[in-house]
Amino acid sequence: MEIPYTVTARADTGLWNAKIGIWLFLASEVMLFGGLFSGYVFLRLGAASTPDYDWPTELLNVPMGFVNTLILIGSSVTVILSWSALKLREYNKFKIWMSITLLCAVAFLGIKTVEYTEKFTGYGIFLNDGAEIKGKYATEQEGFVTIVPKYPEKAEAAGFTPAPATLAVHEGSYVIPVENVVRWSNFQPSYNTFYSIYFTLTGLHALHVIGGVVVLGYFLFFGGPMWRTNPEHLANRVEVGGLFWHFVDLVWIFLFPILYLM
Amino acid sequence: MAHSAEEIRSHVRFYIGVFVGLIILTILTVWIDQFHIGAEDSDVGNTIVGLAIATLKAGLVAAFFMHLTSEKPMIFRFLFATVAFVIAMFILMLLAHFDPIVPVFVQ
Repeated sequence: MEIPYTVTARADTGLWNAKIGIWLFLASEVMLFGGLFSGYVFLRLGAASTPDYDWPTELLNVPMGFVNTLILIGSSVTVILSWSALKLREYNKFKIWMSITLLCAVAFLGIKTVEYTEKFTGYGIFLNDGAEIKGKYATEQEGFVTIVPKYPEKAEAAGFTPAPATLAVHEGSYVIPVENVVRWSNFQPSYNTFYSIYFTLTGLHALHVIGGVVVLGYFLFFGGPMWRTNPEHLANRVEVGGLFWHFVDLVWIFLFPILYLM
Repeated sequence: MAHSAEEIRSHVRFYIGVFVGLIILTILTVWIDQFHIGAEDSDVGNTIVGLAIATLKAGLVAAFFMHLTSEKPMIFRFLFATVAFVIAMFILMLLAHFDPIVPVFVQ
């Protein structure tokens, strides 16, 4: 069965079908991310109006977020250049630009992985008196919770003491009796409100990047037969995939300032 | 949307120009965050400026990379409904924030 209106426009809509389909899909995506963004704003406003509530944006790595922004913007340009190459019937240029797009996506995900690793290897300890001590290499042994604090003077003021030599801990560790601790964990989504919305938003965005890689990679590696039989159809498919990719870029354009800078 | 080869080539040059503009705006976003804008005990000034730049960047991507400047009316009908619903969702959220349900504790 031949699918109609893959290249020519329908008379009633003035568009080929996949164009309508992708815009309807993007509309649903706007609602998905819009719901999460509004949730973020709600939580952020709540944190701002709660005295001493910790909203730890300073823990995010701004240079990494900045580089990732440039990478995604660059990939938005290369994907549109790959589409332009197809419209100009220059298949080899299409392959070059699309390859660069995919490399940008892999670089973005690589940097994101480094950032996530930083979070999962960082720890925080909540004490009975409401204090929160952050650092690395937290453990619990022999009735003590241990940590290498980011700010040792703050840990000492909160009641921590240098770890005794009998404990197998990292150099520079401090300890506090476990009965003084409410809870401790690494910076995982359940750590606090900020990390739950941070991982939800950036994780969902990363899933979209992976989805984009699959779709655009399919066009790059399996687009040859369609190019030989119906190049305009391939160009339209790449345009649709490109629209999705631009949307992924758009989401990050908002995520970067609200998560890393505000 | 571009059709002739010459039109597409001229658009390619334009895309590069938009790319440069987006990079400049991204640098501006990070640079301007060093300064405190507005009231001393409030982040509202910085938030507004940051979101304004992000909106401008998003507008450039949507208008030129996503071809909205030359798209058919049908697409704008979808987008109008989408934007309306998103705004309604944000208004609901703001109403919840500024007029919260206060818990009542019975002694």
